[in-house]
Amino acid sequence: MINSKLKKDIILKAENISKQYRLGQVGTGTIAHDLNRWWHHVRGKENPYLKIGDVNDRSTKGNSDYVWALQDINFEVERGEVLGIIGKNGAGKSTLLKILSKVTAPTSGSIKSRGRIASLLEVGTGFNGEMTGRENIYLNGAILGMTKKEITSKLDEIIEFSGCERYVDTPVKRYSSGMTVRLAFAVAAFLEPEILIVDEVLAVGDAEFQKKAIGKMQDIAKGEGRTVLFVSHNMAAVKSLCTKGVVLEHGKVVFEGGIDDCIDEYLKNGNNIAHKKWNINESPGSDFIKLLEVKVIDVDNRVTFNHLIINDIRIEFTYEILRDDELFTHGLNLYNLQGIHILSSHDKDSQTLTRPLEKGIHKKTIILPGKNLAEGGYTCSFAIMRYNPFLIEFHETDIVGFNIIEIKSDKTMRGDYAGKFPGVIRQILNWE
Amino acid sequence: MKNKMNNNNVSNDWLFEITPKNKFFSLNLKEVWQYRDLLFLFVKRDVITVYKQTVLGPLWYLIQPLFTSITFTIIFNNVAGISTGSIPPFLFNLAGITVWNYFTACLNGTSDTFKANAAIFGKVYFPRIITPLSVVISNLIKFGIQFLIFVAFYIFYYLQGANLTLNLSVLFFPVLIAVMGILGLGLGMLISSMVTKYRDFSNLLTFGIQLLMYLSAVMYPMELIKDKLPKFGWLVEYNPLAYIIQTSRYMLLNIGEISVLGLIYTFAFTIAIFLIGVLIFNKTEKSFIDTV
Repeated sequence: MINSKLKKDIILKAENISKQYRLGQVGTGTIAHDLNRWWHHVRGKENPYLKIGDVNDRSTKGNSDYVWALQDINFEVERGEVLGIIGKNGAGKSTLLKILSKVTAPTSGSIKSRGRIASLLEVGTGFNGEMTGRENIYLNGAILGMTKKEITSKLDEIIEFSGCERYVDTPVKRYSSGMTVRLAFAVAAFLEPEILIVDEVLAVGDAEFQKKAIGKMQDIAKGEGRTVLFVSHNMAAVKSLCTKGVVLEHGKVVFEGGIDDCIDEYLKNGNNIAHKKWNINESPGSDFIKLLEVKVIDVDNRVTFNHLIINDIRIEFTYEILRDDELFTHGLNLYNLQGIHILSSHDKDSQTLTRPLEKGIHKKTIILPGKNLAEGGYTCSFAIMRYNPFLIEFHETDIVGFNIIEIKSDKTMRGDYAGKFPGVIRQILNWE
Repeated sequence: MKNKMNNNNVSNDWLFEITPKNKFFSLNLKEVWQYRDLLFLFVKRDVITVYKQTVLGPLWYLIQPLFTSITFTIIFNNVAGISTGSIPPFLFNLAGITVWNYFTACLNGTSDTFKANAAIFGKVYFPRIITPLSVVISNLIKFGIQFLIFVAFYIFYYLQGANLTLNLSVLFFPVLIAVMGILGLGLGMLISSMVTKYRDFSNLLTFGIQLLMYLSAVMYPMELIKDKLPKFGWLVEYNPLAYIIQTSRYMLLNIGEISVLGLIYTFAFTIAIFLIGVLIFNKTEKSFIDTV
């Protein structure tokens, strides 16, 4: 069949998928909206609330109560492909998975599938604590769409894979969370859907089991020709598992292609600006303080994105105080591009905690010492908090970023070694 | 090999399509049948887990109707003096309560379907109707046990020499119970769908069921209210549940009368509620996870 070589075997096709959510409280107002929507429907007119709606960007404040969690998503998945769906928090990954697993309907668009889709349950969903492991295997399997006969034929394999033989007749409520995940994964892995959806489950369970799980998923995809859609923040897992990827950003597909290109695109997508400035109307903040400007500054007092690992990095925040009767302090969260939260720092001895600042423009700088963080990209957030009682006034994520470069030098941990160097911290420690 | 499809003719043979709006009415019985094992396992789960970690276990099934019957007998028959004819008042009440309990259990159990199962509905798809259906079936088992208690008391009173006669129409009793289950299911699906958006309905339900009991001829013969409160008789007369309770007492205890018109009305009402329930439930299941 020459034809089959040319023609792609598409098992799943998403066409213009969009999903709109209503923000804020559902309660007062919804009846009015419902009636209005219904009235438009009766007259054969378009849904009045579909027109408005913002791009889903958490960091900017929207103008309407409706938001597009997904907008015009198109992609195709071939049979036997492991598709990685990557994107930052809030990019719309989970919404997409929910639509794919028929949990919620898209607002517009359609998904066509040539195979049964099953999703891997989150830890213990669908498990009943009072029932034994064995009973739960049946229950969970049935929830995922297996018949009793199918489960019985796979029961031994499932139990063996989960590594829970000893506890299989014990109620699941006495299981550790790791055991529950193992069991849940085992059931789903031996289920025979043509398309399996996996969402971040591998974050749980010990290293040995994660390895086993990734291996099993590779078997599923490669050996058995089944299709896997994998969603994770863990770039290492995505890389080792997926063949193709889709990068989502603010509810839109920004990149589609081979997994390595996707990861590059995603990492590049990380915050690569060292300087951000807002005008007062758009600036993040609360009723008494507005953030105006953030700069990443190197040792030579230049605003720059790239920094040598041996040098200190200063991040300078400029804000405006609108009322001079508030006590507060500053905070910073630092993330690397894999989404790992590296550190959180509070300005706990700040003078602003005891004496209010005057109205006007003020600056605050945090110093990140050199020879501390590993090479790679980082992004940081800024927060204004109150103590007693502890309260976060605002927390602005993904403001600025920087890149740490480690060169071969006798002053660095790396020394003369040029290869891959693991770890998120790169301090030079003493060996005695 | 299942997955080695012929590529030449795959252009249009999609297995299924996920689209925004549901068809106006869809009760995919084929799909429900595919998931029958899940239905069975849900029923099993409900039955197994209810009485785990209780001391009295299944005895709880019996305690509730017995004590309610005793209370009713004291209040309505001894104090208020409602006559139950030749039938022992306790047996009269037990019959009404046993049947009524099945209805409330179905209604209560199904009416928070979406809310109680939000976690699992939010993760995985299966025909949602399986969940309320499993409630109706597992309550049938509970009803069966409670009915056995009724039978035991029936025999007890019979041996005591009470004037009890069997009515042949009792053969149709299962049909009556099925109707009641379907009515509870339909109403429960309706309410569970509305609760996802407006939580007010779950408050309404709690006291609504209590009020409904007084309008359903559970502790008095239907004729009584027509005699004593002719003005409000219609409230009972238009209540399909009153006919079911009345008819089941006719079948079990051979008292009162059967109203053919009333039964036809009840059947029609049940079918209508069930269809509306399925309709609304279907509409809700596709998007409730956004509003719950």
